[in-house]
Amino acid sequence: MTRLLRTVLPGLLALLLVVLPVRSTQPNEPLVADLSEHLVAITMGFAGSEVLLFGAVDMPGDVVVVVQGPKREVRMHRKSRVLGIWMNTASMTFAAVPSYYAVNASGPLDQIALPQVRARQQMGLEHLELPLPRAKASPNVAEAWRDALIRAKAREGHYHAEVGKVRFLGQRLFRADIRFPANVPTGSYTVETYYLRDGRVVGAQTTPLMVGKVGVEAEIHDFAYNRASLYGLVAITIALVAGWAAHSVFRKT
Amino acid sequence: MQIYLPIAELSLDVFLLLGLGAVIGFLSGLFGVGGGFLMTPLLIFIGVPPPVAVATQANNVVASSISGVLAHLRRGNVDIKMGVVLLVGGLIGSTAGVSLFKLLRDIGQINLVINLSYVLLLGSLGLLMTWEGGKALVYRRRQRGRAKLHRHTWLHGLPLKMRFRRSRLYISVFLPLGIGAGIGVLSAIMGVGGGFVLVPAMIYILGMPTSVVIGTSLFQIIFVAANVTFLQAVQNQTVDIVLALLLLLGGVVGAQYGSRTATHLPGDALRILLGVLVLLTGGRLLYDLVSVPADLYVLGPTP
Repeated sequence: MTRLLRTVLPGLLALLLVVLPVRSTQPNEPLVADLSEHLVAITMGFAGSEVLLFGAVDMPGDVVVVVQGPKREVRMHRKSRVLGIWMNTASMTFAAVPSYYAVNASGPLDQIALPQVRARQQMGLEHLELPLPRAKASPNVAEAWRDALIRAKAREGHYHAEVGKVRFLGQRLFRADIRFPANVPTGSYTVETYYLRDGRVVGAQTTPLMVGKVGVEAEIHDFAYNRASLYGLVAITIALVAGWAAHSVFRKT
Repeated sequence: MQIYLPIAELSLDVFLLLGLGAVIGFLSGLFGVGGGFLMTPLLIFIGVPPPVAVATQANNVVASSISGVLAHLRRGNVDIKMGVVLLVGGLIGSTAGVSLFKLLRDIGQINLVINLSYVLLLGSLGLLMTWEGGKALVYRRRQRGRAKLHRHTWLHGLPLKMRFRRSRLYISVFLPLGIGAGIGVLSAIMGVGGGFVLVPAMIYILGMPTSVVIGTSLFQIIFVAANVTFLQAVQNQTVDIVLALLLLLGGVVGAQYGSRTATHLPGDALRILLGVLVLLTGGRLLYDLVSVPADLYVLGPTP
């Protein structure tokens, strides 16, 4: 799918170039952007996927793309040594944590965006909003939990510690590859594209993106969660039939 | 070729899973063990979340036990009455075990308990196997003296006695009930059939004749493992049918070759080898528990 779009891309961009002069006459549309696909489909052979974001700006500037996954409640544990064994001894619950976070930018963030812009638009992991139960921890302890959460999510491949690239083709067309790992969290994502000049946001666009299991994968998952008892019985039946079949084959040979 | 596992929510190589199933199946055919005690830790090593590994493996225990029990039933080596009493205990134990599993998962200690149980189990099992294998290798030609049928301890003074004709026993019903319950808990927490604990318990604690021990233990393991699978599926949604299917396919083929090969190979040396393998697996898990973790903070299970 992605490869197909890759071959189609030059055509798409050319089309944009044709459309652009018309668009740029409208002063309220300095930025146009879209994704190569609006659904990341987790199928049987899913091993990660790449989505292409492409678009155009009306004047030379910088582009920052912030991708966030659906917000979830997340619990963290801290280990300490008890009788020689490392076990979880403390825990902290974050109420709404983006399950996925990645930033792509056309240059180093601290050079293309003002600090207040970076903070407001959550550009970069250090500006990511991770609300903690305020009463629970003193600021430096809360900071430790927050950093730990970011580290843990980065280890899972769900947070990208490094800022990805936004490449300009000429002065107005740009593209960015957004990579999703095989264990990508499912749900509805938001892709925020910011168009910056002199460190300030002059245009922004939000594009929705769905990440979901489709086909057999979705059916099995729904089956397991929505009709759990039947699912359990089916699993047992499969095991019984397989064991019995093995037994009868074994007797014959 | 990668395949995405819908419940474990990660993608693994199909041939790795088939191969894993085949190797463990081969070993279980070779040694007449269930293989769950090796499969679950190996699944955890390759990245399957421990709760999914345990629940899915319980399902595979059903498959690997059924063919064994059919063979034993044909030869009349199953004490159904004893099996049913063990089973009642097993159902109580495994039901409690699955709830305990959920509780431990909620308080964030399930991985620790699974790992710790495996370290204890694999450690003692590995030592025992290596020791027995070594002893047999040394004293292979020496005839074994007949062991006493069973010793009388305080356990035999318990009330509510029941007669088990097939096993030629007259014992308190609480004994098999208690043993069954204990194995049930083990089965729920570790995803093993528990045959390697149940069989010695039936011989040494209950005093059952060895001829009916294997068949009877397999008989009850099927139902307990099926109960665990069902409850894990309902309460924790941790049974991955795709993973189970791949492991089964490999396991079925592997087990056939294993039991065929068993007749041509020096059993004692292999027993030592399996013992060492078991010890290594346990050692690796122990190392993970005692070595300083790369990061003191870890993500909890998704609620």
